[in-house]
Amino acid sequence: MALPVEEIKELIIASIPDASIEIKDLMGDNNHYQALIKSKMFSGLSKIDQHKLVYKSLKGKMGNELHALSITTEEK
Amino acid sequence: METKERIESIINSDDVCLFMKGTPDAPQCGFSMAVSNVLKHLKVNFNGINVLDDEKLRQEIKEFSDWPTIPQLYVKGEFIGGCDIVKEMFEKGELKVLFEEKKII
Repeated sequence: MALPVEEIKELIIASIPDASIEIKDLMGDNNHYQALIKSKMFSGLSKIDQHKLVYKSLKGKMGNELHALSITTEEK
Repeated sequence: METKERIESIINSDDVCLFMKGTPDAPQCGFSMAVSNVLKHLKVNFNGINVLDDEKLRQEIKEFSDWPTIPQLYVKGEFIGGCDIVKEMFEKGELKVLFEEKKII
């Protein structure tokens, strides 16, 4: 039930190629993360749709292997 | 009842509905607690629906909103967001404005 930071970044980049991603491992346990993701692809989308884009890039892992990923999205 | 109808009947029965893990008085997850506390802070009356009591509902609400996590906040039948969005809106003052505009507070 844990996903390493590099794997999360790779998954996001695969769907959002221009993303700049900062991920903090809040507890040092590969399971509680905070991510700041910036991309031009967020432009014109509601916050809900921006977050959905990130969730979709994680291919079903969110809410399963990945319990605690707090997301902040910003337009580049 | 179909999933969609079942969820709609819940979110249309109260102005503010929070699908959460645990109850507003005894949240079972930090994210659910955070949103519940924000609503209490804004003095919003809300219906907290404990998805841990209903595994089927827990899955159905995720399909309904196409959103993979709990908590989920609905205002007057509209999906507002999960914990991150609600917290961000609260910090920017947008959440209070939303509730005022919807004549909830």
